[in-house]
Amino acid sequence: MTKNGSSEFRLVGTRPNRPDGLDKVTGRARYGADASMPGMLHGAVVRSPHAHARIVKIDTSKAEALPGVKGVVTRADFPTGLTGEDWDLQENTMAGEKALYDGHAVAAVAATSPLLAQEAARLIEVEYEVLPHVIDVDDAIKPDAPAIRPGAADHSVPEGSPPNVVRYLEFGHGDIEAGFAEADLVMENTYKTEATHQGYIEPHACVGQLGADGKGEMWVCTQGQWYIRRMCAAVLGIEAAQLRVTPSEIGGGFGGKTTIFMEPLSLALSRKAGGKPVKIVMSRSEVLRATGPTASASMDVKIGMKKDGTITAGYANFRMQGGAFPGAPVDMALYCAFAGYKLANVKHVGYDVLANRPKCAAYRAPGSPMGAFAVESLVDEMARKLGLDPLDVRLKNAVREGDKASYGPTFGSIGLVETLEAAKAHPNLKAPLGPNQGRGVACGYWFNHGGETSVSMAIGEDGTATVSVGTPDIGGGRASIALMVAETLGIDYDDVRVNVVETGALGVNEPTHGSRATFASGKAAVESTNQAIKEMCRRAAAEWGIDPEAVEWVNGAAQPTSSNAGKFAPMTIKEIAAKMGSTGGPISGHYEGLPSGVGASFGTHVVDVEVDPETGRTTILRYLVVQDAGRAIHPAYVEGQYQGGAVQGIGWALNEAYIYGEDGRLQNPIFLDYRVPVASDLPMIDTVIVEVPNPGHPYGVRGVGETGITPPLPAIANAIEHATGQRIRHLPISPPKLLKAIKSAAPSGPTLQAAE
Amino acid sequence: MPVIDVNLWSSLRRFAGGEEIVSVEAETVAGMINALKKAYPDLAPALDAGVSVSVNGEITNNRFAPLEEGSEVFLLQPLKGG
Repeated sequence: MTKNGSSEFRLVGTRPNRPDGLDKVTGRARYGADASMPGMLHGAVVRSPHAHARIVKIDTSKAEALPGVKGVVTRADFPTGLTGEDWDLQENTMAGEKALYDGHAVAAVAATSPLLAQEAARLIEVEYEVLPHVIDVDDAIKPDAPAIRPGAADHSVPEGSPPNVVRYLEFGHGDIEAGFAEADLVMENTYKTEATHQGYIEPHACVGQLGADGKGEMWVCTQGQWYIRRMCAAVLGIEAAQLRVTPSEIGGGFGGKTTIFMEPLSLALSRKAGGKPVKIVMSRSEVLRATGPTASASMDVKIGMKKDGTITAGYANFRMQGGAFPGAPVDMALYCAFAGYKLANVKHVGYDVLANRPKCAAYRAPGSPMGAFAVESLVDEMARKLGLDPLDVRLKNAVREGDKASYGPTFGSIGLVETLEAAKAHPNLKAPLGPNQGRGVACGYWFNHGGETSVSMAIGEDGTATVSVGTPDIGGGRASIALMVAETLGIDYDDVRVNVVETGALGVNEPTHGSRATFASGKAAVESTNQAIKEMCRRAAAEWGIDPEAVEWVNGAAQPTSSNAGKFAPMTIKEIAAKMGSTGGPISGHYEGLPSGVGASFGTHVVDVEVDPETGRTTILRYLVVQDAGRAIHPAYVEGQYQGGAVQGIGWALNEAYIYGEDGRLQNPIFLDYRVPVASDLPMIDTVIVEVPNPGHPYGVRGVGETGITPPLPAIANAIEHATGQRIRHLPISPPKLLKAIKSAAPSGPTLQAAE
Repeated sequence: MPVIDVNLWSSLRRFAGGEEIVSVEAETVAGMINALKKAYPDLAPALDAGVSVSVNGEITNNRFAPLEEGSEVFLLQPLKGG
């Protein structure tokens, strides 16, 4: 369903078949693990069984003596002297002096078969001196916590801070104490979220080849081939230009495939094995133990509210751990936490804390879901206490264009109010609720991003178009870019092919991250197309012998701007293309730059749940996502992004969590025990696409990929309180946790009954 | 040369004499960063570590983005997405 939809376009806003559909349903699509090369070896990785341990000795002799083993690498095979993020990447790729988490790579081996490689890995003997470890963020921030990386704190950390605090930030505006003094109700609570994994179905996989001459290639499942190139080059001490990286089709990334994990190991092993290509495919257990989950968070929030729902002040103090490396998204969590509210007085404090866990990676709106969980839960608690409608409270305080954001800058065109109004008008709000059922609402925000972008497009001899982009298609980029190019050119959607190309084919592109592909590559593709159109107009003008300025492009053809310019029949793209070999050669367009005009996206979610009082199991009865897309180029993909974000958020709210034992080892490193939602857990997710066009994009696009994961965490917690009277402030709200809360509740039962 | 008022996040202010807003002369984001480093050397580590800059409500990584008198400028932590 699309709200405010328009039909001013011929193709934009339609739902043609996806270009990768047939390949994917027939198994023809080539994913990371499908790459295969002549003479290819297989790699296996030895991983630490300890959360924190000094590596005393690594003996690889037995593995190297095994027939079929062609190479073994340890940290000694990597260059030294790296600093900053490059050192972090190298250290995470292969442990140096210490293993910093359960699953940290300590050695790798290449052999002629996967089984031989695994056998050889078992023969590598590692002697550890086990050290005290710390897992939970509240424990890790204590002054007497085991110091994981002394000296890792940056300039921002005040002297005397606990040893695992590596970054500190504080920002805000106004006077929060004066704001709290104005309020009729001030409430403060602590909220916690656990680390969750991106849960992409395709595990990390690559084939790397690197010769002694420093020239290499890689075929890899990634969201960003240039990031892979730059990071691998840095970690291995080779020149980026000598490494050619080709992305495969991708089976999900959600931010987790914007960095490197085992990719440098395949290149290092290849170099050790005389340049033979080496394939490494992670198991699910390796993915969960050693690739980027998101951070876990412990968050204090305090809000002041008047009786009419006006929020007078907000305060947030967040502690987040992102593993044994700096980089927990505490900054973005805080920026997003109050972003939906117009606040005169607000203060944020954040701590990035080390813990003995894997290095966190980006996960769909990094940090924003945690911030939303804390703030949107407390807003809901306060609205209920004051007897106010939670949607009305949000409408009353919602930011609009021209308002100052909680993190400082002034908002341009945004559509939060429109999503709230659309949610309020949706039939789901009128659906009756029965016993043990409840309804929750929450809003969410993501900035969206432009970033380094390079695109080229070329007109084919038959008047079709080929577009080369550098942003892997994780959410419909190819279809939406094809639609925009076809719309601009005035040709059919099927006459445009969009290819995701390797690092040698374009200038540097940032990954598909920050919900940027349809915005940034799309804007770049439209600009490239306009260049080609200008050239086609010039060719037509030359043919007609008139001024190129007197030619315009209409419906896929060049034509004189008026009869004064000359009387000529329109010259179609097919006619121009057929002759281009003799009228000046190839016709193409390209774009290199940093697309500006990014439009932020707000969303509002409404969820109905039913809680089984005997088991504590929560069933999602209805789920509504309302989000501002700017303009939906291919609405089916936009709806898919909304639904996918909601589903991942539902998993985070109800089931997903990294569970560690007392020994610091991950207890649930398989999908049987790390429970992501499956189809049978879910109703059809209802969607409303709100369109408040982004003036910074030729077709009004805002990124839509990330905002959708943000509201589900608080919306579900809010619905569960509505259903049971129990406010759970520590996710996930798993059946045992909720059952315990229900059973321990006062005999009078729920404090709030279902509305209808 | 336009005078630009730059909004610092709170924990940067201790590196800039406690000021919330500092004024420097600059025509671009890069010029503004360089002028900040010159005027407040203690800010350099934070600026060198990487910052995102919001100009008139849009977060930009373009160091050549133009600034003019009255531009709204905020320094933000480097932003990334998923």
